[in-house]
Amino acid sequence: MRVDWRTSVAVTGTVVKYTAVAMAIPLVVALVYGEDLLVFGASIFCVLGAGILLERADPDPDLGPREALLLVALAWLSVGVVGTIPYLLAGYGTASTLAHPVNAFFESMSGFTTTGATVMGEISTDQHSHALLLWRQLTQWLGGMGIIVLMVAILPELAVNGADLIQAEAPGPQLQKLTPHIQETARVLWKVYFAFTLLLAIVLYSLHLVGVAPKMDLFNAIAHAFSTMPTGGFSTKADSIAAFSAAVQWAIIPFMVVAGVNFALFWHVLAGDTRDLFDDTELRTYAGAVAAFVALVFGLLYAGVAPPLEIGGTTEGTAEPALRHAAFQIGSLLNSTGFATSDFAQWGTYGQLTLLFAMFVGGSAGSTGGGIKVVRWLIVCKALHRELFRTAHPDAVQPIRLAGTVVDENAIRGVVVFTLLYLGLFGAGVLVIALDAARIGLELTALEAIGASLAAIGNIGPAFGRLGPFGSYLDLPATSKLVMVLLMWFGRLEILPVLVVFTGSFWRR
Amino acid sequence: MLSLPDPTGIADRIDRWRRRPVRVRWRASLGLVGSILVWLAVPLSFPLVLAGYYDEPLLPFLVTIAVTLGIGRWLERLSGDADLGGREAFLMVALAWLFVGVIGAIPFLVAGEGVVSHPIDALFESMSGITTTGATVLVDFSVHGRSILMWRQVIQWLGGLGVLVLAISVLSQLSIGGTQLMETETQTRDVHKLSPHIEETARMLWSLYAGITLTCAGALYVLHLIGVAPGMTPFNAIAHALTAVATAGFSPDPGSVGAFSRAAQWTIVPFMFIGATNFILIYYFVRGDWLRPVRNEEFRYYVGVVVGAVILVALLLLTDPGVSFPLEAKLRHATFQVVSILTTTGFATVDFNGWSPAAKHVLFLLMFLGGMAGSTTCSIKLLRWIIVLKGFRRDLFTAVHPDAIRPIRLSGTVVEEETVRDVYAYTLVSVVIFFALTAFIAVDAARTGLVLSEFEAMSAAAATFFNIGPAFGIAGPFGSYHPFSNATKLAMIVLMWVGRIEIIPVFVLLTPGYWRS
Amino acid sequence: MHVVIIGAGQVGESIAADLQHDHDVVVVESRADRADELTYALDVLTITGDGTDLNTLLEAGIEEADMVLATTDDDETNIVACSTAKAITPAAFTIARIKNTKYLRTWEHDEGAFGIDLMVCTNLLTAESIVRVVGLPAARDADVFAGGRVQMAEFEIGEGSPIVDQTVEEADRFDSLTFAAILRDGDVEVPRGDSCLLAGDRVVVIGSPHSVQTFARTIAPKESPEESAEVVVIGGSEIGYHVCRLLEERGLSPRLVEQDHERARTLAENLPETLVMESDATDMGFLEREHVGDADILVSTLDSDEKNLLECLLARRLGVERTVAVIDRTSYVDLFETVGVDVGVSPREVVAEEITRFTQSGAAENVAFIESDKAEVLEVEIGADSALAGKTIRDAMADLPECVVIGAITRDREFIVPRGDTELRAGDHVVVFVETPVVDEVTALL
Repeated sequence: MRVDWRTSVAVTGTVVKYTAVAMAIPLVVALVYGEDLLVFGASIFCVLGAGILLERADPDPDLGPREALLLVALAWLSVGVVGTIPYLLAGYGTASTLAHPVNAFFESMSGFTTTGATVMGEISTDQHSHALLLWRQLTQWLGGMGIIVLMVAILPELAVNGADLIQAEAPGPQLQKLTPHIQETARVLWKVYFAFTLLLAIVLYSLHLVGVAPKMDLFNAIAHAFSTMPTGGFSTKADSIAAFSAAVQWAIIPFMVVAGVNFALFWHVLAGDTRDLFDDTELRTYAGAVAAFVALVFGLLYAGVAPPLEIGGTTEGTAEPALRHAAFQIGSLLNSTGFATSDFAQWGTYGQLTLLFAMFVGGSAGSTGGGIKVVRWLIVCKALHRELFRTAHPDAVQPIRLAGTVVDENAIRGVVVFTLLYLGLFGAGVLVIALDAARIGLELTALEAIGASLAAIGNIGPAFGRLGPFGSYLDLPATSKLVMVLLMWFGRLEILPVLVVFTGSFWRR
Repeated sequence: MLSLPDPTGIADRIDRWRRRPVRVRWRASLGLVGSILVWLAVPLSFPLVLAGYYDEPLLPFLVTIAVTLGIGRWLERLSGDADLGGREAFLMVALAWLFVGVIGAIPFLVAGEGVVSHPIDALFESMSGITTTGATVLVDFSVHGRSILMWRQVIQWLGGLGVLVLAISVLSQLSIGGTQLMETETQTRDVHKLSPHIEETARMLWSLYAGITLTCAGALYVLHLIGVAPGMTPFNAIAHALTAVATAGFSPDPGSVGAFSRAAQWTIVPFMFIGATNFILIYYFVRGDWLRPVRNEEFRYYVGVVVGAVILVALLLLTDPGVSFPLEAKLRHATFQVVSILTTTGFATVDFNGWSPAAKHVLFLLMFLGGMAGSTTCSIKLLRWIIVLKGFRRDLFTAVHPDAIRPIRLSGTVVEEETVRDVYAYTLVSVVIFFALTAFIAVDAARTGLVLSEFEAMSAAAATFFNIGPAFGIAGPFGSYHPFSNATKLAMIVLMWVGRIEIIPVFVLLTPGYWRS
Repeated sequence: MHVVIIGAGQVGESIAADLQHDHDVVVVESRADRADELTYALDVLTITGDGTDLNTLLEAGIEEADMVLATTDDDETNIVACSTAKAITPAAFTIARIKNTKYLRTWEHDEGAFGIDLMVCTNLLTAESIVRVVGLPAARDADVFAGGRVQMAEFEIGEGSPIVDQTVEEADRFDSLTFAAILRDGDVEVPRGDSCLLAGDRVVVIGSPHSVQTFARTIAPKESPEESAEVVVIGGSEIGYHVCRLLEERGLSPRLVEQDHERARTLAENLPETLVMESDATDMGFLEREHVGDADILVSTLDSDEKNLLECLLARRLGVERTVAVIDRTSYVDLFETVGVDVGVSPREVVAEEITRFTQSGAAENVAFIESDKAEVLEVEIGADSALAGKTIRDAMADLPECVVIGAITRDREFIVPRGDTELRAGDHVVVFVETPVVDEVTALL
């Protein structure tokens, strides 16, 4: 029984085809703003054509578990590829950095994987059309809850193997089924996700209407809602959220934090079961980690040890800005969003290292956040503690519990393997990026290389130094960019589903 | 006193713990540590004799001998007739390294020469010695007497011997992080009565270790006699033999092995290689079972890694226009540096700070590998990496074939799942500690205003925690750790200690379950 | 009364022996030789056949049975037999002996499920009985009444105990505790204020669980049950599991030793507070490594009596203060206790006791036996027509025979200390100590 790759390709075609539907939204935006319709018209045509062509690989697809793995890996790659078409078409013949295919691919993949690392150069509506900027935000929103989850939600033919598909795509070590039908689960997740996005857009726009957020017009409100909920991090402004008022910054913080919480929990809350929310060990740890890091950064900022160069002032000794910047940066980096209200690349060693450690935490399982994930750290810590205990008591039998439930030994091994692989890939990424920069004579500090690798595999976005929140990855050589794309792809799908595709045994037996 | 409400019951739990009796026979551990300290007087007499010969002050060593005998005797009296069980062994191991490290610092302090007259620096130097790290804080070697310099070498040699006994007799039986997999001479898992067993193994290892050291010293001195190694006086020959086999890396010469001739450098390479080979394999090899190492999977990987890394670094050096050595020198430097770093020795024949980033990164990566388990090498060790990699491959396979049962094999024997788990945990902890130490060094450097790049911080963390010695940048092979702040040095001292005794014996002491349940 | 007992194992036999004189007992047994044996040993009718077979049951006279007891070793057989009996004769009181607690949960969840009126779980009862003994280290026997609000316990007064040579009046300084009896040289004596307590006496006290605990701590301070008491349970059988579970409920963290890997894992998963060890419990190396000798109490619940004995002797040698063994063969209990086991608990005896409680005629809801039948402690609800309702205890005592002590009263689920002027009301539950000869007289009065 070899892998029936045609099946996977055919279903990938379907996924690509539906991407064209999503492109209708920027088309409408272009219509509203009176911009060039050709870019998205042509893109839709191309993508639709490609999708239909791919679909013909197998007219009657029948997905097995292995085909599902291949499909997920392929689908994300091809969506990333077709996502470049609008960038290329819009950039053709202009000075836009996205006219270069590698840059366009980087931007598209960074969007879909909710990384939020950008090579766009000058980000403004003067340089790029509203439609294109919204497409950038939209890629993040689509990638956030997962393209495959969305497909399972709307395509009945995928529902049969939906559990395999969602397992391969969804963040976290274990699949949580909320309803008996996987399709319904997928729908529920998307509904909750959609509701939060809508709520944020409304909140942001109301702030604009009451006059406390002059720049947050309807376009920006929707655009930022689109990249907050998926923990994405793209912004329509060059200086990210720093471009907006303090009220906007405060409003976004809770939504970023919520985006790093398991969405299944919200479903339980909506179903009237609030106890789950407080009993959940992962949520409590996540909240604790956020609180601890915010307190630490607040302390650093307040003491002026790490002065943030906020546009127009310092935060030393002033509580509100210090708290706001601390909460915002931690809320943004801990769960891999990547927004910024301050150029933390200037924060000095203490501040930057604190943020670097926060980046390792990641969101919760079942959220849109990237990184290693809180639940994995919990399991790893418990497993390590058990190893120590067993050293003193070699005969003890100790299952690991999470909120009272026993965690399966295979799952524990999986988690430890994942964490090791994650750290290994991260290290390899650092090495390649550092050496590649040295090769072309680009001066890159180790912290920048570390940041870049972590920002890619953790789907975070901004790193430190010249790759900071207000900087860009544009200067990196093309090989480094491609390596980062690879890391984003691995990171978003949590390594194993992609890595198996590269093993011989996947194809042979 | 105001009594606070205790909703979580933590105070109550702590109180209950307190009331439980201590379940570790710590007196037995301390007693054995005492015996070790008493024996420490013997190696201390070697630099004493040397001091007499060179007409240098005798006081440092006389004081130290008095102290070690005093403390040792006192501790020995504590010991009951209790057996040394598994738990007591952890305590003994952790304390032994700590005590010897502290006492080893006394000669430096009493001599009061140079930077090591400061207690922290003296402790750093001594701990770096006993853990066979080879990271030095010495800035000016010329102010120190020959006897003091020889004491640095001797303490490393002792550290190497101690580690051999530890790795082969104690840790493998306590199955620390998968070490039970390594080839040992006996496969008994009865940890109940370790002491007689340790004695017997220690005797065998001691003679082998001393034999190899003598051979090395002899070889170096012969080179001197036939005139190809003019600097290799008997003093230097012995000094370098002591630290080469211990894969330790101190040298009485500020230029490390770079100060000696090509012939001396080439000669030291195989001894470093042997130092990082499982001594049980060497034992069988010497006894005539020549094919034994070849049958060992770890050994094959070890040879493969050495050859591969040498070729890679040599190629990088050959293609690097910035390095201007003749061909032979490039090959020699590549070989020497790769073997020195991989075996965690830390000798250097050239300042590799000037190499290309690619070559430096390769050396940096080698720091994480280490040699074979059951040798004097440090770091994570190849044995564990082999299992980790095989585990990864297995997990990828089972992702495709969820029902497949695939045991991991090493040299044909099936590795238990629990061991695989141990190895994963060990590797993960090592990596996490490495990151933490890097962050600490970087932050502390920023605090004290020391200019330190992140790469320097990372390499310094790896070089100390993995017991290698020289790092990159200021702490490079011809540099010194002296510029680091005292806080950083203390952290390094602790982590050299933790890293040398394979992390777990120290960490387990920190868990309440070890003491009271 | 017509009683049908299904299964002539040790439990069935001992119950049949208890009932043979006053009732018509029919025993159904599937093994012919065993049935034969019983025919000669007891004054009962035996029928050879399958207890779940309709014809066999009809032959046993199930249609006119007042009580049906299913006591075979097989849970399912017992359940089916009871259901069948209930289907034929709805008026019959059905009792089933069960090993697996899962059926007990179902039955408790929906009382009367399977057509069973009383389900008796061997393993759980044994575990409960062990935990009661463990909870009161000095106690030789302990029992609870009124849903756990009243406790009865029998203590031996050691040489060094502070109440030795005191009169009952002096010793009675515990709130809500009543001295019910003094057992001396095999005789039962109802204590008076001036009775003197001697070393070697055993006293029966009745009171609130807390006061009994306090009492236990006072009379034997060395063996006082601290919360940090270390209990080691050997053998992860169902009994061992339940012992640990019950101890966990009491806030203790016991250690459990089980040899089988899979079983140890399952136990560890189900017992969050217990430290489960996978090892052979007779391995001296293991016992020393884990410092089992420092434990306060060792409970051995291995599957064979001999192993349990060995384990307890080993533990004793290592220095364990108290050992408790599960002993399958009732006849070994005394022997084991002489050899060195502190307390022997026989599952069969425990079950038989429980079943006998329900077969006792009268209003008694709960009963415990003192000194193998010399006296009983009964829990009785005072009916509206009782002669004692509305009287104070002082008046009531005058109506009752001499050898009766009212130990405790619970009213509306509240514990009430019985004093001379306490008024008894209808609906009160009283726990009384009664010497066996006058039991019938007393139960009739109440």
